[in-house]
Formats: sequence, structure tokens, C-alpha cells
Amino acid sequence: MHPARQQRVMIVASILVGSALAIGLLLYAFNEGLNVFFTPTEIAEGKVRPEQNIRIGGMVKVGSLRKEGLEGTRIEFVATDTNKDIPVVYTGVLPDLFREGQGVVAEGRLDADGVFQASTILAKHDENYMSAEVKAALEAAKARQAGNGLPPAAEGVSP
Amino acid sequence: MIPELGNFALMLALGLALLQSALPLIGAANQNPTWMALGRPLSAGLFVFLLLGFGCLAYAFLHDDFSVAYVARNSNTALPVYYKFAAVWGAHEGSLLLWVLILASWGYAVSLFSQRLPLDIVARVLAVMGLITAGFLVFLLFTSNPFERLLLNTPREGTDLNPLLQDFGLTVHPPFLYMGYVGFSVAFAFAIAALLTGKLDAAWARWTRPWTNAAWAFLTIGIMLGSWWSYYELGWGGWWFWDPVENVSFMPWLVGTALIHSLAVTEKRGVFKSWTVLLALAAFSLSLLGAFIVRSGVITSVHAFAVDPERGMVLLALLLLIIGSSLLLYALRAPVVRGTATYGANSREVFLLLNNLLLVVSMATILLGTLFPLIHEAIYGEANRVSVGPPYFNAVFVPLMAILAFLLGASTFARWKKTSFAHLRQNLSLVLLASVALGVAVPLAVTGGVNPPIMLALALALWIVFGIAKDLWDKTAHRSPRLPALLGLGRSYFGMQLAHLGVAVLICGVCFTSHYSIEQDVRMSPGDELDVSGFTFRFDGVEEVPGPNYTAVRGTISVSRGGEPYMTMHPEKRTYHARGDVQTEADIDVGFFRDLFTALGDPRGDEAWVVRIHFKPFVFWIWFGALLMAGGGVLAVLDKRYRHRSIPATHPQTAAGAGAVGTAGVIQS
Repeated sequence: MHPARQQRVMIVASILVGSALAIGLLLYAFNEGLNVFFTPTEIAEGKVRPEQNIRIGGMVKVGSLRKEGLEGTRIEFVATDTNKDIPVVYTGVLPDLFREGQGVVAEGRLDADGVFQASTILAKHDENYMSAEVKAALEAAKARQAGNGLPPAAEGVSP
Repeated sequence: MIPELGNFALMLALGLALLQSALPLIGAANQNPTWMALGRPLSAGLFVFLLLGFGCLAYAFLHDDFSVAYVARNSNTALPVYYKFAAVWGAHEGSLLLWVLILASWGYAVSLFSQRLPLDIVARVLAVMGLITAGFLVFLLFTSNPFERLLLNTPREGTDLNPLLQDFGLTVHPPFLYMGYVGFSVAFAFAIAALLTGKLDAAWARWTRPWTNAAWAFLTIGIMLGSWWSYYELGWGGWWFWDPVENVSFMPWLVGTALIHSLAVTEKRGVFKSWTVLLALAAFSLSLLGAFIVRSGVITSVHAFAVDPERGMVLLALLLLIIGSSLLLYALRAPVVRGTATYGANSREVFLLLNNLLLVVSMATILLGTLFPLIHEAIYGEANRVSVGPPYFNAVFVPLMAILAFLLGASTFARWKKTSFAHLRQNLSLVLLASVALGVAVPLAVTGGVNPPIMLALALALWIVFGIAKDLWDKTAHRSPRLPALLGLGRSYFGMQLAHLGVAVLICGVCFTSHYSIEQDVRMSPGDELDVSGFTFRFDGVEEVPGPNYTAVRGTISVSRGGEPYMTMHPEKRTYHARGDVQTEADIDVGFFRDLFTALGDPRGDEAWVVRIHFKPFVFWIWFGALLMAGGGVLAVLDKRYRHRSIPATHPQTAAGAGAVGTAGVIQS
């Protein structure tokens, strides 16, 4: 084969091998790493399979945080989008900006009893910042309530 | 008065930047030496006025001028003075000013250290840099002016700097990171100049290499500092989270690494030319993409910068303009700069091609993972949000890097043009045997367990290290004594080997830390003890301690080893007065082989606290490895051949700057 052509074949072959490798890894990895976000309302509607790895977001309902009298470093609280609530259990250290009445995003899975077993509670760098996901969840809940003709259920959420 | 002066300086700088982007370029098109020569004084002026603007903002911070809105939002009279200075780049507007200042500094540096370059190349490079600076100055002045005033309702006290940023690591992290990001603009400008002239030869690659190496070294340190900072300041004990903001700093680094290697091939062998140009364009474009993602808030990240859709749109427009026009130019002109040399299927060129392929593929997978939530949202609507977590990135990135590490070790012995497999086998069989044997034996002997990932990682690291050692040995084999021969190998060569050694150290650090860390988050009452890896941690309760602009809850943890007192650690939980923010301050005992990491969690009643106690072996090696890599980059920049010159008699006009670039490798040797 002509050297220049051989070179071109080499380049094409390595690109093919590289892309095949990348695509194979990608397909495998996407199964591992993809987390779908759900709001408490969507969970109440039964959109989530138990044991599916998901993220949830909402506000920490005021008065729902329980730390004392629990075993080890376990905590319990309720996440709400003002429309529906979901109980959350977490074992570990809470981020500094975790507070009642503030937005929260948690990763984990829903157990058979409908309790969210969080493996990670996400912290934000800035207390003024609300994750776009939580904001959208709260707005969706508000829009839904407006559509139902119900007054927005604002209890449990401080401004 | 001073803020107005700063504002005025920025406007003048914009004027100069526009002149710098136009005059030298027109001069280069008409071969008018006077106009071309304007690039240098203009870039000096641009630098001076931006420095003045930056100085004015720093002055406003140091004098607590809360009539400047940006100062009022990010400072406080009680803030220690060094943080007041660091607060200049503590939020969006000021950090953008720093970005522009650094951009102008690189331009000025090019004008200073380009005496050997043909004038028309200098003119084009400076014009491109001037154009980028002008774009960012427009963005700064019209959407994010740091000198905006609050004259009517001047607050008496500022709202303080975000407590997370009140820290040494974060004081130095952004300048280094920006030096790296923006430094790639030099390679970008050189690439544009090459496309404009159609001349891309060994000399071009030789000019571009030190600039690219320097930017890459800065970016390496910048990323390392960010990782180090998140390790000790976020209080989670993690050092990399595959957060979008980390990813966008990592992507230009990966492409920059590819560029460094591809430039080597272009200089030595005159091939990969258009690919090198594309990488140079991509490295800076990815830096710009990073700036856009961080500052527009399009992706949910733990780093919340100024989130403002309007700014995001302007930045996106700027991004599309720069990337779009450079790619258009590339599409039109790339065929002109094709390489002609050939190389065999087993040669150093092919190893470096594979290196580039792996680096670019891993960049692409990270880009996909980072942007996937946006793509998904665009297709399925806002209600269907997804996020891509660390398992994805680890699953994709780690295998690619393992292959890269293997090729790295082998490529040391590959020759340019053509290498026989027998040559590789002869050089590598002993290295392979030793690294595999020790890679398996050492973890087995130390821990007594079979741990395949660790064994593979150690074997790969040793494969690289033994390869370097054998190469050093071989290269000095025919000389006696060896030491002078060793020193004569050149800084470029040592830079390469040092950076590769850094890769091996980093592999060890990452893998050992990930596998052997012991992380205990436990509830402890005063007097409770916990044994971790031979150390006993006793929690002695907490007390309140005042700080300059915060009040801290200070924990006391007595550490003993084998019954003997070892040290006392004081992790803190600080509440900052101005914002009411709570901030965890971990206390870390740093060691070369292991860190002891303690942090306070949250109170759990009856004087009990959740306490984080981590034992992290080899975590220091992560940053040490990155430092070695950056050191390698610096060494390569300092190589003699970039400074000495010998002008061949046959080309006297080249140095005079008549515009002829000359044939490959004749200008400097």
C-alpha cells in the first residue's frame, strides 16, 4: 500500500475503534449514572418505580425536621412542593445550608413504604440560590393548584 | 471619583482593544510595517489601562467604598484586609474584570517575548487577542460593570464576601484558573494567524509550544487548587465531584493536553497540522464554553455564580461569534495547511495520535455528560429533568485513562517515523514484567487481599515510572560519568518526563484514596472515642470562639496513637455575622502518605454532634502529581531552544520581519 494511503487507513481505523469504544462505554455508563428528577407531586402520582435511582426536590417542610431520638446520624424530614409531601430519611452529615423552609435536592431511592431513602443531600454554595429544578417543581405545583381552583397551600413554606 | 476613574480606564481600554484588533490586521493585509508595528504599543496600553481599572476596583474594596454596588455586595468593614483584596474577584463582575486583565496580560506578554517572530505574525496574533479582549470588555461594560454606583442609597455596611470564598485556596484559585483558560487564547490567536497566512510549519509550532505549555501549566495548577479547596473547605472530604463547573474546567485541560502533544508532532515531523490548529481553536473555545456555563446558570451546579439570563444570552452570542467565525475560517483555510510527511503504523506519531484520540474522546464524553441535562430538557420539556452523576463519568473516564496510561509507558520507546515491534518488545519486556509483578505483589503484601483495580492502577503507575527510569538510563548509557550526560538531556525532555511522572503519582493518589479511605460520620457525645486505622479520636465537646467577622463553634478532638497523645484537632462551624451563613472548617493533619480529616457536622442534642472522621491515604499525591505535571510544563517552557537563536546566513531577512516565515526549523535551532 502507498504510505500516504496506509496512513489514512490508520487514521480512519483508529477513529472507528475510538468511537466504538466510546459508544460502548457511553451506553454502559448512561445506565449507571443517569438520574431522573421527580417532584413530590409526581411521586404521589406513582410515576416512580421503587428502587429506581432518582433525584427529588422541594422545600424542607417547616417543623418536619427530626434529629433527636434517632439512631446514630439518622435524620428525617419532609420534602414538599406545597402540593404533595414526601417523607425523607437520610443518614449522614447535613450540608451547612440545609434548613427548614429552604430548598433541598436529594438523591436516592423510594422504598416500598413510600419513604425516600436519600443517599446524598445536595448543598448549594449560596443561600440565595435555589436550584432551577426546585424552582420549577414549586412553580409546577402552584400552576396545578391554580388549575384546580384551589387556593395555594402555602402552609409549611416560609417565604 | 476613583470608581469613575476605573470606569473611564475600562472605556479607554475598550477603545485601545478595538484599535489593536483592527490596525495591525489591516497593516498585515497591506504589508504596511508601521501599522503592523502598532500592535505592540497598543497591547501595552491596553494592559496598563486594564491594570488601572483593576487597581481602582481594588482601591474601592480596600477603602470600603460601599457606594460601589459590587463592593457593597461582596465586602464588609469587618472583612480581613487580604480577603478584601481577594473579594475583587469574589463574584461575577470583578472576576470578569480579572479575566479581561489576564487576557490583556497574555497579549502584552506576547508582544514582549515575540522579538524573534516575523512582524506580520505578531501583528495578526495581537489583533486576534485584541478582538477577543474587546468582546469581553463590551460584555463587562454593558452587562456587568463592576463600577456601578449606589449613590442615592449608599449602604453603611456591605453584605460581606461569601464565607466559602474567605479562604487562601480560593484567593489564588481563580487567578491561576483564568491564567490557564485565557492563556489558551494565545494558541488560538496563533492558529488564526496560521489560517490567515496559510503558513504552518515547524517554526509556527515552535512559537506556539511554550505559550501552550505555560497556559496548560497554569490551568493544571488552577484545577488542582480548586480540587484542594473543595477538599478542605466544603467539609465533605471529597476532592472531585464531576460537577458541571469542574467539568468545564477539565475539558479545556484535556484538549490542551492533546494540543501539547500534537504540537510536538507538528514541530518535529510536520504532520497533524490541521488537527493541531483545530485543537488550538477547541482549547480556547472550551474555555469560553466554561465561562458561559459558569456565568449563565444554564446548568444546575453546586457553584452558583451570578445567574442572569440576559448576561447568559450576551455571553452565548459572544461565544458563538468567536467559535463560529474561527471554525468558518478553519473550514475555508484548513486544506492550505496540510501536512505532507508520512509515518509508519508503529511509530511515535501513531502513539501520539492515539493519545490525542483518547484525550479528545474523553473530553467529548465529559461534554456529553455535562450538557446532556440541557439536551434532555430541550427535547422532553422542563418537566423531565435528568442529571448525570459521578457513576457515568467514572465509568467512561477511568477506562479511557487506563488505556492512555498504558500507551504513555510504551510510547517513551517509540521512535519517530517507524519503530519495529521487536524494538518495543526488547525495551519494554523487562519494564512490563517488573511493573506487573510489583503491582500485584505490593498490595498483596501490604493489605493481604486481592484487589484487582488497585493492582492494575499500581502496575500502570509503575509501568510509567520504570519506563522513565529505563529511558534515562539508556540515554546516558554511552557516556561516563553519567551525571553530566543526564543534565545535558535538556529541559524540554525533563519537562516531559516530570509531567509523565506526575501522571503516575496522580494515578496512585486517586486510586489509593478512592479504595483505602476510611470515612466515618458518627454521632459523638463528649468523651466518646472512635478507632480509625490505628488512631483513636476522642471528642471533647465544643466551645464558642469569636472570629473577626464570624463566631465559631470550635470542636476539640484529641487524637492518640497506641495510647500516646498524637495531636489535638479543632474543626470549626462558623456563623458569619453579615449574612448569617454557616460554614464548616475542617481540620486536616496533612501527611505525605495519609491525611487525618475531621469536620463538625450538625448538633444532635445533649452536647452530641455528628463528627466526620476520615482517614485518607495518599490523598496528598493527587495534588503532588498535578504539581509535578505543571512543573513539567514550566520546565518545557524554560527550554533553551525557545530563547537562543541562530539565524542562518541564507535567511537574513526572516529576522527583520519581512513576513517570510521561512522553511521548517531554520529560524531557530
